[in-house]
Amino acid sequence: MAELRASSPCAGLLPLVRGGVTLDEVSPGVITALAPFRGGEAALSSALQAAYGLGFPAAGQALEAGETACIWSGRAQAFLIGPAPDAGLAARAVLTDQSDAWAVVELSGPGAEDVLARLVPLDLRPAAFPPGWAARSLLQHMTVTLWRSGSGAFRIMAFRSMARTLAHEIGTAMALVAARRDAG
Amino acid sequence: MRIPCPICGPRDRREFYYQGHAVMLERPAAEAGEAAWDGYLHLRENPAGQTQDLWYHEAGCGAWLKVTRDTVTHDVLRAELVEAGHAD
Repeated sequence: MAELRASSPCAGLLPLVRGGVTLDEVSPGVITALAPFRGGEAALSSALQAAYGLGFPAAGQALEAGETACIWSGRAQAFLIGPAPDAGLAARAVLTDQSDAWAVVELSGPGAEDVLARLVPLDLRPAAFPPGWAARSLLQHMTVTLWRSGSGAFRIMAFRSMARTLAHEIGTAMALVAARRDAG
Repeated sequence: MRIPCPICGPRDRREFYYQGHAVMLERPAAEAGEAAWDGYLHLRENPAGQTQDLWYHEAGCGAWLKVTRDTVTHDVLRAELVEAGHAD
C-alpha cells in the first residue's frame, strides 16, 4: 500500500537568503475565497466582524487580526486566511476552499522593495504601499496577490502550480539586488 | 502607458487585456438587419483624436473598463467601469 505524504507547494525550493533579504514559505492555514452575494458586502462584513474582529476588505485592503487575515483579491472577492470559515459566513457569501491551490511566501529584510521593484509594476515603497495595503498585480508574467505584512516584509500568493517559477523569479531578483549592493 | 482603474488606481498597461472599440457595448437588436450587424461586427472608425475602447483588468481587479484616450497625444483621459453603465 502506497503511503501518501503531504508536501507544501515550495518544499525543497525555500528558504532562500541573499544579501540580507529572505524568501521563505508561509503555512497560511485554511484559505477560503469569499464572494459576497450581490449587495451583501455589509452583511458579510458584520459576520466577519462578529467571528474574527475584522470586516470585509475594501479594494486594495489587507486586514489582519491575530492569526486571521482577510485580504482583498479582486472585484467583490477576498481571501479569508487562517481559520476554517465560521458557520455564519455561508449564508452571506459563496465560500470556496482554496487551501491547497496557492503557494504563499514571505519576502522580508532590508531591500525587499528593491527586489519586488524588478518584478512587480507597482510602487511598493512604504509611502505608497504601507501596512494594511494589498494588491493584485503581476510578478513577471504571473498574476499574484500580495500585501505588506510588516514594515519590511511582503506576503505573496501565486498559483501552487507556479511555485517553482515564483521561487526562481524572486530568487534571481534577490541575487541581482545583492550583487548590485556588493558592487557598491 | 497607465490606465486609471476606478477600483485599483493607476496601473501599468501590462495588467490589462485590450478588447477593442467600445462600440461593442452597443449591440444591435437581433432583427436590426444586415447593415447594422455588419457595422457592429466589422466597421470601425480610425479617429485622429479621442476614442473609447474596452480593456479588461486581467491581472488586477478583474473589471471591464471603458477607457477614453487620445490617439494623437496618447493621453489616457479617463476610465469607467462598464458595469456602471450596463448593469444586468
